[in-house]
Amino acid sequence: MAFLVAVAIAIVRMKDLFAVIMLSGIYGLLSASFFVAMDAVDVAFTEASVGAGISTLLMLVAITMTGRTENPSRHKPLLALAVVTVTGSLLIYGTLDMPYFGLAQDPVHLHVAPRYINDSMQEVGVPNIVTSVLASYRAFDTFGEVVVIFTAGMGVLALLSVVRHPKDIAEIDSINKSMHEEHLILRIVAKMLIPFILLFALYVQFHGDYGPGGGFQAGVIFAAAIILYAMLFGMSTARRVINQSFIQMFAAIGVLLYGSVGVISLLNGKNFLDYSALSVDPVAGQHLGILLIELGVGFTVTAVMVIIFFNFAGRRKDQQNKEKNEP
Amino acid sequence: MIMGLYNYWVVVVLMMVGFYIVIAHGNLIKKIVGLSIFQTSVFIFYISMAKVDGGTAPILAEGIKQYSNPLPHVLILTAIVVGIATTALGLALAVRIKEAYGSIEEEEIQEKDNLDC
Amino acid sequence: MLTHLPILQVIVPLMAAPLCLFLTRSRLVWLFALIVSGVAFLISSLLLQQVMDSGTIIYMLGGWDAPWGIEYRIDYLNALLLLIISAISTIVLIAAHTSIQQEIPEDRHTLFYILYLLSLAGMLGIVATADAFNVFVFLEISSLSAYALIALGKDRRALWAAYQYLIMGTIGATFILIGIGLMYQMTGTLNMYDLSQRLPEVDNSRTVFVAFAFFIVGVCLKLALFPLHLWLPNAYAYAPSIVTAFFAATATKVAVYLLIRFTFSIFGLSFSFTALPLQMLFVVLGLLGIFVASFAAIYQANVKHLFAYSSIAQIGYMIVGFSVSSVTGLTATLLHLFNHALMKSALFLALAAVVYRIGSAQLSQFHGLGRQMPYTMAAIVIGGLSLIGVPLTVGFVSKWYLVLATLENGWWPVTVLILLGSLLAIVYVWRIVEVAYFKAPLAGSESIKEAPMSFLIPIWTLVIANIYFGIDTRLSIQVAQAAAHSLFGVTP
Repeated sequence: MAFLVAVAIAIVRMKDLFAVIMLSGIYGLLSASFFVAMDAVDVAFTEASVGAGISTLLMLVAITMTGRTENPSRHKPLLALAVVTVTGSLLIYGTLDMPYFGLAQDPVHLHVAPRYINDSMQEVGVPNIVTSVLASYRAFDTFGEVVVIFTAGMGVLALLSVVRHPKDIAEIDSINKSMHEEHLILRIVAKMLIPFILLFALYVQFHGDYGPGGGFQAGVIFAAAIILYAMLFGMSTARRVINQSFIQMFAAIGVLLYGSVGVISLLNGKNFLDYSALSVDPVAGQHLGILLIELGVGFTVTAVMVIIFFNFAGRRKDQQNKEKNEP
Repeated sequence: MIMGLYNYWVVVVLMMVGFYIVIAHGNLIKKIVGLSIFQTSVFIFYISMAKVDGGTAPILAEGIKQYSNPLPHVLILTAIVVGIATTALGLALAVRIKEAYGSIEEEEIQEKDNLDC
Repeated sequence: MLTHLPILQVIVPLMAAPLCLFLTRSRLVWLFALIVSGVAFLISSLLLQQVMDSGTIIYMLGGWDAPWGIEYRIDYLNALLLLIISAISTIVLIAAHTSIQQEIPEDRHTLFYILYLLSLAGMLGIVATADAFNVFVFLEISSLSAYALIALGKDRRALWAAYQYLIMGTIGATFILIGIGLMYQMTGTLNMYDLSQRLPEVDNSRTVFVAFAFFIVGVCLKLALFPLHLWLPNAYAYAPSIVTAFFAATATKVAVYLLIRFTFSIFGLSFSFTALPLQMLFVVLGLLGIFVASFAAIYQANVKHLFAYSSIAQIGYMIVGFSVSSVTGLTATLLHLFNHALMKSALFLALAAVVYRIGSAQLSQFHGLGRQMPYTMAAIVIGGLSLIGVPLTVGFVSKWYLVLATLENGWWPVTVLILLGSLLAIVYVWRIVEVAYFKAPLAGSESIKEAPMSFLIPIWTLVIANIYFGIDTRLSIQVAQAAAHSLFGVTP
């Protein structure tokens, strides 16, 4: 915990944004290990891949376009310090009546949680309780979450997408071919690794019922493989493998798949996202429902992560081309 | 009491550091980093709440009697995703602002706006 | 199908959004979005009808009962809001296709509609749900799409406004998350009804007090209560005009809804007003909002900025009504919620039409518009009269109730201040009227024609609604009063 504080304060003081971003990646990783210590394995997995992985990556791509250093501030941030002190003291005041950390008799553990722990095996049939809550009991929240990711993807598209001209593509291709010799080792290693990464992603996707994992983590890992390919082989090659409009539709299909599972329940007379409508045996229905929605989640998360990265990188390429064309 | 609440106090400090970065710094990217730290600290808070002494990860297995609370885990999974969505959008905006204004420092941007009006 | 209306209200626009990616022509996407929004409106009217017939509707998602699953609860309060949001969304969409031709590049049109539908679905989701964490998730859906929509504005200041809104909005949302977390920690549940049962047992603990405080501050950021309103003027002024027309009437209303819902239904009346000096705080901040914003409105050169500041003032009125904490006060707030939605969307739509024709919203360009765009300016005049609170318009009805509420409470000074605020409104409305009707048209502006029908139809629908509901107040008062009564009845 102390490490976390040290890292956070270091971030405040540093002016070099590259270092700041690296530190924030470390912050994410430390948080993930903290989560493991707190028995939150699924969360740790997600925080490590999303918070430490994707987040750091996106920030790095952003600073290639916005500049690496921060200007020193010209005035003393007294108001900010005051606000922060007031807020912090208020929070600490609030902790004074809190139930102590870790006790099994805390109210949080007494009311809603016991049913999840005791009954979820009969009702849902999945050992990973987090998955059964996420994908069944509170499946609607997860649907909202998928839509949030989709919204972010659409927002980034609206802000950063660039229309690409055929002659730019030809130009970039020739540059790439000449670069082939430079990153040879990296490229060969990547070509060997990528299939394993993809396989691991699939494992995480389908094994989320039994261990930590599930749609989000799998989607992020899958996207990471694609991004790795794009980074080493160039955006234009990657674009030929993964078409722009195809990936957008893939994102949409994920959300629609998730929603359709719910709609099928509606059509069978039950409430939205009631999986018992999917099969004669309710528990089998639960398994089927969870499988399908996790797949939907995986699709959308992969697609949106790829969309976001491609658009950031594409914008950068576009800026570079413009700079080249203007003397 | 201090041992019982120590965890929460450290989390409060972390939250405040993140919050401070957001409001005190002028660089747009730094603000987003601060926001991310602020949010991650809130997650740490929720997860601390979920821990049961002597419990293990909430995955049902033979022979284990005590589990940690799964509900906050679910909420935080969602919140992490929401956090990255916000970060991505914020970074996209920062990139566009840099293109349009030539700078990502709050003071410089406001100066340029004042010149425009 | 009828039993599933609560969830259909939200998932119809929610799933329609990704479907837009499969349609190619932007005109087709517009029609699709319009139909979807219309369906949402139909559903909300049916829901209101159901609530009026049989009381609160409860819907369990996933078939799991609360608090282990998420449930939707529709009562008078949310049915009213669902109706307002879906109605405004549909009416504004009618003009959207024409308006965005001028303001947004062609290749972004489909994305615009997708984000619009997501924003709509997000707001409907916040209002319909009875689970505190679900509120947070849908709040983020509507906020993220809002940031992106605002950033689509032509002027580069739209980007900066969107960024500031993102930072302030996310801080607000994180505060709300902290509040929800603290509430959960003390009670072990996330369901609103369950929380209302369990909070009284623990409500003298400092943790619950802090939970309440953080939640209120977070919501006030989203509501643009003075002094947390700083993001609003620029966001409304630089966003594409049609986006402003939609958000001005809906986004802050949803935040007001959250305030009312959490204070009355969850924390309970007695706790909310004794724990923090909420009454005093809100009266003061509300009045400050009214005066500071109205004064600011008078000095604006850009009409969009003017109306944005006016919106902040109107929110001040709603907060004052809330602070009275009587049935009449709450009725006044709810009425004003309804009426302001009608007024502001009409005004901003009319502004959108003006921007479409003359390319700018600067007051200096409005010279002689009264003659060149008669119907549009007439709409602005009537909307302005409604803002002031002239009898026969909806604005009068809500001001009337507000005055009634403050008088009932014996708050004479507040009543006087409310009436003074209306006088300020006269000043800024008159500024527009004077320039449009009493100044000669600018050189080179002879070619300005009236706005096309795609604008006039929705604008005048809203204006006529303004007048109709100002005269026949039965429906709006009945629903607002029923909502206020039921909220007071639920308190422990």
